[in-house]
Amino acid sequence: MKSKTIKVDYLARVEGEGALLVKIKGQQVTDVKLKIFEPPRFFEAFLRGRKFHEVPDITARICGICPIAYQMSACHAIEDAFGIKITGPIRDLRRLIYCGEWIESHALHVYLLHAPDFLGYEDAIRMAKDHPDDVKRGLRLKKAGNEIVRLLGGREIHPINVRVGGFYKVPDKKEFSALAEELKWARDAALATVRWVATFVFPEFDRDYEFVALRHPDEYPFNEGRLVSNKGLDIAVREYDQNFIEDHVSHSNSLQSRLKERNSYFVGPQARYSLNFDKLSPMAQEAARSAGLGPVCRNPFQSIIVRSVEIVYACDEALRLIEQYQRPDQPAVNVEPRVSTGYGCTEAPRGICYHRYRLDDRGLIVDAKIVPPTSQNLKTIEGDLWQFVQTHLLIQKDKLQWQCEQAVRNYDPCISCATHFLKLHIEPE
Amino acid sequence: MTAPQPSIVIIGVGNEYRSDDGAGIAVARRLRARFPSGVTILEESGEGAALIQAWQGAAWVMLVDAVRSGASPGTIHRLDARATSVPTGFFHYSTHAFSVAEAVELARSLDQLPPHLLVYGIEGENFAAGAGLSPAVEQAVEAVVERAAEDVRAAGSP
Repeated sequence: MKSKTIKVDYLARVEGEGALLVKIKGQQVTDVKLKIFEPPRFFEAFLRGRKFHEVPDITARICGICPIAYQMSACHAIEDAFGIKITGPIRDLRRLIYCGEWIESHALHVYLLHAPDFLGYEDAIRMAKDHPDDVKRGLRLKKAGNEIVRLLGGREIHPINVRVGGFYKVPDKKEFSALAEELKWARDAALATVRWVATFVFPEFDRDYEFVALRHPDEYPFNEGRLVSNKGLDIAVREYDQNFIEDHVSHSNSLQSRLKERNSYFVGPQARYSLNFDKLSPMAQEAARSAGLGPVCRNPFQSIIVRSVEIVYACDEALRLIEQYQRPDQPAVNVEPRVSTGYGCTEAPRGICYHRYRLDDRGLIVDAKIVPPTSQNLKTIEGDLWQFVQTHLLIQKDKLQWQCEQAVRNYDPCISCATHFLKLHIEPE
Repeated sequence: MTAPQPSIVIIGVGNEYRSDDGAGIAVARRLRARFPSGVTILEESGEGAALIQAWQGAAWVMLVDAVRSGASPGTIHRLDARATSVPTGFFHYSTHAFSVAEAVELARSLDQLPPHLLVYGIEGENFAAGAGLSPAVEQAVEAVVERAAEDVRAAGSP
């Protein structure tokens, strides 16, 4: 029986590196393995014995793309442990800095990592030669997100202004005026982005996913809410460990997450969107509809549209937050350590990022658990590949490999958090 | 909103919690002690689009990053990126999809390279999660600091 193997030792245009192996015997896919090396358990060990106030800055170093997500989940988990609830302008500023991170992370993925797949370029460098204005728009859009993070976070790469209880210092309202002007440009650019990606051609693909995201009664989720799914999950963040499990799998030394009851699940922009469409701003909803999306999107190849819609929302929401901002009297609330365990889960650009910390009476970390979004999507990505390859066996092998890689990139996997390096090629068995 | 346009910019790239990947960051921090003023010294994770922004408006730019090209650990590579393209495999051990080499080449495509762009690569040995540099890399960091300080003086800093 004729058999072939698609083996990708180096997956291009995903954050970090990983490897992909697909085995085909005759007309049957017999194996799919997404290999991930080196789980970041270093940080969990590194945090033990540290003071609680060091945690946001240390966890921010896990990922250069989404430091805010780690800071926010860390702060919320520790505040949960100490019985603190953040409200008012400090809460709003946290939403605002998160808007900045979504804008920069999504713009990077949409323009520099994902768009080349649809326009037929090997990478953004080659794409830029033919589409310089699109690439420049993407870079400026990303920069607008960076500027939010820089203004509130102190630095855009490893922000140092975020702390448990709030911020070290907060800006005056007038410091936002130039940023607001740029964000108005960015919102228009985001709408143009949605129109641009809506013209791409998407492979037919659809699966009955279990989407998991935060859901909040009043807003599109960033920092708070219950963990919900389209298949009946509806739990508080502190019930995460009773519902989700991380397995070691033999082909990868990373961990794969699954729901105890129902196995694989899907986190990230498409899950957020499909569970919270009604909470998007009218402008973002309209942009989605005009791009041909319904309130639920099940084709992961269309995630590029969903990401673009979320950029519109993040710009729109950032402008709303800046408009209503009044500088708080104190940049942070007072924090008193106590013996406790705290749980935090926030919506990183790539999906839910879960942190749990056990602390002693001096506020030292006794035990830490960090689950990045990408490790939660690994099983779902493998599932997509099983189905995608099985239904596309007749297309040429080099094209099939390209589309397999694209199927992985749909998830914007941030393998630098979930792991370190991935690798890729195709060869006959 | 835009910060004043710095003329000399040094960017240390890497992650200090990835062992030798912290080499560029270490160089940046040591150069900061040498040049307390007159030179803008930045630390970046290596995400490429941010690098393009970091050097915007600068007349003279130096990038320092860890490299894994197959040379022996501690080997120092020095490239004039205006004159030569940066091999995309060169900074392979960055954890970013769009990293130093891609940033330089994208900026070249868009005609956004700074007038002078010097790239130092320090051959790393260990990129596992953890803090601290390998001995050969530590030595190379010291050597790059010395040489980079001369480069900066030659470029006309105070």
